[in-house]
Amino acid sequence: MKNDTLNVSRREFLITSTRAAGLGVGFSLGLYLPMSTTAVAGEWDELPSEGLPEIGAWVVIQPDDTVIIRIARSEMGQGTLTGLAQLVAEELECDWDKIITEYPTPGENRARDRIWGSFSTGGSRGIRDSHRYVRKGGAVAREMLLQAAADRWDVPKGECRAANSVITHQPSGRTVTYGQVAEAASELIPPQHVELKDPDEWQIIGKPIPRLDTDDKLNGKQIFGTDLQLPGMLNAAIKACPTFGGRLKSFDEKKVTGMPGVRKVVRVGEDAVAVVADTWWQANQALDALPITWDHGPNAKLDSAAIDQMLEEGLSSDKEVFVGNKAGDVNRALKGAAKTVEATYRYPYQNHATMEPMNATALWSKDKCEVWCPTQNGEAALKAAVDASGLPVDKCEVYKIHLGGGFGRRGAFHDFVTQAVNIAKQLPGSPVKLLWSREEDMAHGHYHPITHCKLVGGLDEAGNLTGLNVRISGQSILATVMPDGLQDGMDPVTFQGFHAEGDHAISYTVPNLLVEHAMRNPPVPPGFWRGVNINQNAIYMECFLDELAHAAGKDPLEFRRSLMADQPKSRAVLDVVAEKVGWGKPAGDGVHRGLAVVKTFGSYVAACAEVSVDDKGKLKIHRIVAATDPGHAVNPQQIEAQVEGSFVYGLSALLYGECTIKDGGVEQTNFHDFPSLLMDEMPEVETIVMPSGGFWGGIGEPTIAVAAPAVLNAIFAATGKRIRRVPITQQLAAS
Amino acid sequence: MATLNINGETVEVEVDGSTPLLWVLREQLGLTGTKYACGIGLCGSCTVHVDGEAVRSCTVPVSSMDADKKIVTIEGLSADNSHPLQQAWKELDVPQCGYCQPGMIMAAAALLNKNPEPDDEAINQQITNICRCGTFNRVRRGIHLAVDINKRGRS
Ligand code: FES
Ligand code: FES
Repeated sequence: MKNDTLNVSRREFLITSTRAAGLGVGFSLGLYLPMSTTAVAGEWDELPSEGLPEIGAWVVIQPDDTVIIRIARSEMGQGTLTGLAQLVAEELECDWDKIITEYPTPGENRARDRIWGSFSTGGSRGIRDSHRYVRKGGAVAREMLLQAAADRWDVPKGECRAANSVITHQPSGRTVTYGQVAEAASELIPPQHVELKDPDEWQIIGKPIPRLDTDDKLNGKQIFGTDLQLPGMLNAAIKACPTFGGRLKSFDEKKVTGMPGVRKVVRVGEDAVAVVADTWWQANQALDALPITWDHGPNAKLDSAAIDQMLEEGLSSDKEVFVGNKAGDVNRALKGAAKTVEATYRYPYQNHATMEPMNATALWSKDKCEVWCPTQNGEAALKAAVDASGLPVDKCEVYKIHLGGGFGRRGAFHDFVTQAVNIAKQLPGSPVKLLWSREEDMAHGHYHPITHCKLVGGLDEAGNLTGLNVRISGQSILATVMPDGLQDGMDPVTFQGFHAEGDHAISYTVPNLLVEHAMRNPPVPPGFWRGVNINQNAIYMECFLDELAHAAGKDPLEFRRSLMADQPKSRAVLDVVAEKVGWGKPAGDGVHRGLAVVKTFGSYVAACAEVSVDDKGKLKIHRIVAATDPGHAVNPQQIEAQVEGSFVYGLSALLYGECTIKDGGVEQTNFHDFPSLLMDEMPEVETIVMPSGGFWGGIGEPTIAVAAPAVLNAIFAATGKRIRRVPITQQLAAS
Repeated sequence: MATLNINGETVEVEVDGSTPLLWVLREQLGLTGTKYACGIGLCGSCTVHVDGEAVRSCTVPVSSMDADKKIVTIEGLSADNSHPLQQAWKELDVPQCGYCQPGMIMAAAALLNKNPEPDDEAINQQITNICRCGTFNRVRRGIHLAVDINKRGRS
């Protein structure tokens, strides 16, 4: 097909979100049924800002007063799109009901010297990293609009006031709307310095405003990467070598070339083969029928037992050991202790299992490469496209699409983009949508890293904690993914929640403390998985503290509080939770409680879980009360949604989440052996949002850390048994 | 060739009979609101109605359908987000990423068809869709709210 027939899909294709129905892509609700696979399923709308002048980089205003706010980070369910729009709107003084949003492209960001800053959407950083310049973007536009109105009336700007998208000249009462002065405003030079509002003046930030992206998610109109249809588009299904580090040896394409719809069978890089067909179903059928020979490579014999052994060795070794936090002399403290307690915990590999499997659509010709994909980092996606395309960066572009879940899988890794471009390169001029099957997604994740942890604590006669040695053994994410981030070989991310200070600081003051990491890197690709290393580190620390409290004969709340004199914000969230559940009073028939508190991603979070366990070991989590202090709470109702959602993700991991390794690959293949928590297991969740001001903490990840340890501690309270290996469901049933 | 009744329209599709209904909807008919996530009946993302019953369309070969079986997809649930569940979902901001939500809403709609006032236990039994974003508590509240909206509409 000719390239120029695709022009409609170029700049016009930008995903927009709006409350007004009609934008975005879709059908007239089942009335329009295109009958051919090559028909355009929906018409791409123009980028709403197309042809309109911008007022500063972040704001474009249409003559009808519609306000277009640019969003650099990616929406993947966490609500960042709405939160970031709130930040701009707060300073812009615009009418919230007239807002729509758009994603600028990574290519434009590059061409304009990163005017929109980072596109990276991970580490719960969307808002906390960008709030200042995003708010400034709103304030700059407001000042330009005010100046344009003042110029129009020939009055001093100081006499004009902006509110709700209307500018009023106060002495005369004259008014003009933003849309009427937008063009004039766009011609002014943006002011260098603008004042940002004090938090106590905020009217949009801090309000439980409904999301901007809900409507299209209720009727099937929301387009995800999997749903994309371009004129003449082909579909690809892929299989990479199931063994980590293995390669593709050969395949017998003759066996499938005659199958319905099949267009081409292609080698993809060193390790994968893809079938390209008219529809994905046809491609996947042919792929299943394709005889493939793999070279399973050096890890063909690797299994979970070998990995466990490697990690167990690290628990007592002195090789490749890094110190993450140290205070006093732990050895002396432990030797002098009246009582010592020791325990070893184990955390497995886990898949992200985003609801929407990995996918990307690519169109390659010898002078242009375009990619449409769900990505947590458009700039990284662009880099992957450039590298795979063999074209210069100014010939490549990425169009971002809302994600059907990210959780870290679509941020640091764009293997799906690399593959899609690689395939498209072998079919120049044809757009190809690559979609992974769920089975492929399970087999080729970038898994939550595996670690084990031995903890030894010392108590004095009075039951006070005098020394604590934490020895983590296991995988470093940075060593594999971002070796530049290592500090003299040490991976600081491994110590999340154990740092002496900062966004992931330990919540307690322990006089003699040693936290170490024996780095052991099995050849299974690790990745950033919602919460990252706080998931296991919070279990290690919070469950072990419970063990220590028990050994000291102390109440777990009081034992914690006694170590938190220097952590007033952590203590505050813990106290609020304890008060809310009525800690110390009976919880109800057979119901028992457990606590956890953590500082991570800059926020202070605590939870109390209430559980019961029946005599067959069946767990019921009745309720979790959670408190979070993120400093500033931009949208409290979205924070509640994130807290509940993080609990589902974290508890699924605790109850069921494990990827085991056999013959060098992951054994689990789909949701039957990698289950997710369902409606009937979902506890009631009460979220307390208690922003104390003065800092910006994360939202999407912190609370995930407290669900699992709080539940584990409650299980101990209920059963008297400590379960120290994740996932727990089978152990509960067996105990 | 398959003849199907989808969202009130009769359509003919040139397709291999073994193709799951899910892929016919998505790829032949362009009704991409119905999602693929597991392909083996485990997650419910592909839920549609067949004669009012919730069906996981990834497990149904299109050859088992005919013109008399009324298929409704998320696109056919209402013309304008006016179904009580859509209203309730909107009011409570239920979706996060939204990928599972068409299936979730169709499962809930089928539940309400059969049981206009489900209690929590009925919801637990009938809504077995996976949502990795974890919207369950709002889904539950949304179903209860839709019942109220329904009643208000009738009174
Ligand atoms: S895709 Fe059909 S149940 Fe998961
Ligand atoms: S809303 Fe994202 S999977 Fe349910």
